[in-house]
This record gives sequence, C-alpha cells and structure tokens, in this order.
Amino acid sequence: MSRRGRLLLFGGAGPLLLAVLLIGLHGLPAFGDFRGAYGLLVDRVEPARRHATDIVTALNFDLRAFDTLGEEFILFASVTGVALLLRHLRDEDEATRPSRTLADHRFAGASDATRVLSLVLIPLLVSLGVYLALHGALTPGGGFQAGVVLAAGPLAILLAGRYLALKRVAPRWALEALHAIGATAYAVIGLGGLIFATTYLENFLPLGTSGHLLSAGMMPLNSIAVGLEVTGAFLLTWTEFTDQDLLVSRGEL
Amino acid sequence: MTALQGAALLVVVTAGTAIVFVGDPLRQALVLSVYGVALTLLFFVVQAPDVALSELVVGGVGMPVIILAALRKLGQHETADERDEEGGQ
Amino acid sequence: MGFAPFAAAAWLFVVGLYGVVSSQNLVRTVLSLTVVQSSTYLVLLGVGYRHGAKAPIVADIPTSSRLVDPVTQVLVLTDIVIEATVLALLLALVVQAHKRFGSVDPARLRALRD
Repeated sequence: MSRRGRLLLFGGAGPLLLAVLLIGLHGLPAFGDFRGAYGLLVDRVEPARRHATDIVTALNFDLRAFDTLGEEFILFASVTGVALLLRHLRDEDEATRPSRTLADHRFAGASDATRVLSLVLIPLLVSLGVYLALHGALTPGGGFQAGVVLAAGPLAILLAGRYLALKRVAPRWALEALHAIGATAYAVIGLGGLIFATTYLENFLPLGTSGHLLSAGMMPLNSIAVGLEVTGAFLLTWTEFTDQDLLVSRGEL
Repeated sequence: MTALQGAALLVVVTAGTAIVFVGDPLRQALVLSVYGVALTLLFFVVQAPDVALSELVVGGVGMPVIILAALRKLGQHETADERDEEGGQ
Repeated sequence: MGFAPFAAAAWLFVVGLYGVVSSQNLVRTVLSLTVVQSSTYLVLLGVGYRHGAKAPIVADIPTSSRLVDPVTQVLVLTDIVIEATVLALLLALVVQAHKRFGSVDPARLRALRD
C-alpha cells in the first residue's frame, strides 16, 4: 500500500483510536488515588518479612523472582538474535573486503577534552555500578540499573580514544562468558531455593539485620547475577554493531 | 497533581512529539536522548527512583549509542555499495 | 487534573503510531516504536501513584508511612531495559534488510511480492 494510502487510512483510524484510548483510560481511578490491595499489602509486610529496605528490589528478586527470570531470558534471547543476524553479515563482509592487520589502525576522532573527561569517568562509572549491584536491597538500585551503568564504563574507555584498550579489557569471549554466567547464576541460585527451602527461587540464605550489606538472604546474589548478565548483554550488543567499523586504516581518512 | 509533575509531563509530551516529527534519524537519536532525561525527571517526581535510574542510563546513553552504531553500519554499507557500483562501471 | 498522565500516554501512543505509519525510513519506524512503548510506562506509573506518598524505600523513614505502589514500578523497571535490547534486535533486522535490498525505504522492500 502506498504511503498516501497509509496516511489516508490513518487519518480516519488515528483519531478514532485516540478517542477509544481516552474513553478506556477514563475508567481508571484518578491519578493519585491508588486502591490496589496487593501493593498496599506488600508495602506493609515486606520490610519485616525479608529485612530488605528497598521494596522494589525485594519484589524484583524475591517475591516476583520467577518473573525476573523470564525477563532476563527475554534479554538473553534478543542479544542472541542480534549476534546471529550481525555475525553472519560480518562474515560476508570479511569475505569481500581484504582484512587488515591491527598494526596500521588507529582510532580517529576523539578530541583532547573528550579523552580527559572520559578517563575521569571510567572509575566513577565502574564503582557506581558495583555499588548499585551490591546495595540493591537497601537503597535504590539493583541488578538491572547496575548492569547498565557498568556497561557504560567500557564505553567511556572507547570515548577516551583507546579502542585497542577496550578490545583488551572487554574482548568478545569475555563478554559472552559474562553474559552466560550471569544468566546461569540466576537460574542456579533458584535451584538453591529448591534444595534448601521447598520452592524454586525461595529465599534460603540467612536474612541478617535490615540495613546491613549482607542482609535479605539471596537478594544481593541475585542482584549481582542479573547485573553481570545485563552488562554482558549491552556490551555484546554494542560490539556486534561496531566491531571492525571503528578502526580506520591510515590510507582511508 | 503538583506543579512539578505537571511541568515534567509537559516536557515529556513535547519531547515525544518532537521525536516523531524530526526528519533525520541521526537527529532523532539525539532527541531520544533528551526524551530519556525528561522521562527520568518525570519518574523521579512520581516517587519512582529505581525506575528513574534505569531510564536515565538506558534512555540517555544505552539506546542512542546503539542507534548511532546501527546508523554507522548502514552508512558503511551505502558507501561500500557505491564503491562496488563505480568499480563495476 | 487527575487524568493528565493517562491523556498524555494516549497522545504519545497515537503520535508514535503516526510516526510508524508515515515513515519512509525503517530506522525512523523503529524509533517511533520507542515512543509507543514509553507511553505504557506513563500509564503504569500513573496507576500506582498515591497523593502525598513517598517512594517505596524504607531505609530512613518509618515502615508504616504512606508509600507508592511498588508493583507497577517493578514492571516498568524491567521493561525499560528489555525495550533497549529489543530495539537493538529490530535495528539488526533493519541492517540486514539494507544489506539484502540496498535500501531502508519500506516501499522498496519488495522481495515478498516478487
């Protein structure tokens, strides 16, 4: 269907969809007037039950841990899909273009200000990521946020103009290993729940005192596992898209 | 609904509409970054700090970086095709 | 005023759909899809908010204080990270399509017809 045909159709259907959405959403309770029973119950009960002070992370890795397992594997599957699609593409490219040695490559295009700022950012990002992963159960944070912040660390290495250092710090096999280990670790910790408690993913480690780092049972472990997996996922996705492209041989500039 | 929440919502709606109506995908990636920060502010004033953290890194850094990498790869293919065509002619 | 976030979400949904329908470049389609996805965050967080309540972190406030609903926040949180990877998958598909057909214009992808 041509673009004009599509636009004409949308001109009729679009406002209709908007009207239907507005009428439907009108039936919800007003903004600020929350009445769900489950949420209120969780707010009241969770801190005492699991000695965790961050209720959102407690839900993520304990009460709704099975849900997080499923979502983690959605992540895993999409990254596998990206890798499959783009590696096949890159192999075709390498067959038609002559390969170059690493010796005559240099990274083009980082100004001095960018380099200095990025070098300062790298330790900040890595330490922030580790902090978020470990303190998931205590303060805002948790596996997913930590993973993404940790993935930004090596990207800052790239911004600092050190592409070859990035390749040494985060080579392809290490990222794949990180990704797989994170996903497996989460599933295996759940098995611990099956062995020591009675349900898969049940919290089986000692709960400790609320507010301390080693509290809330297996939540820090889960958080770290998910953090590793998300870091591996993001960096792997990014390197799949770029791999060879950032190296410019001296002749082509 | 406080004034701060209303203002954040307004910025979010403007940025979201801008993404659709900006022409070039490269500019869209940058507007997407601004949209991510606007969403972060909105999530923050609705008392959702975990969500705000997530959105800040993903929407502000993760997604634009992936989009830029993909755009670069598309541009590479175009120049490679042009070179092939010129070589063939 | 209690309806504003939901109205904004509905508007973003339709505007994003307009972007998908009217684009002549597959990358623009994918980015407009992002806007559609983010409208759902507004609905979810709008549902869970309580007036005058605080964030669901009880590290420094008494555990009996009034808190926002944590369940909707959990849903939005994982959704954000997954959206980014699915976006990457879609962009990988666009790159493949470009390689195979030489263009990212949806009107020119005719292999299924031929």
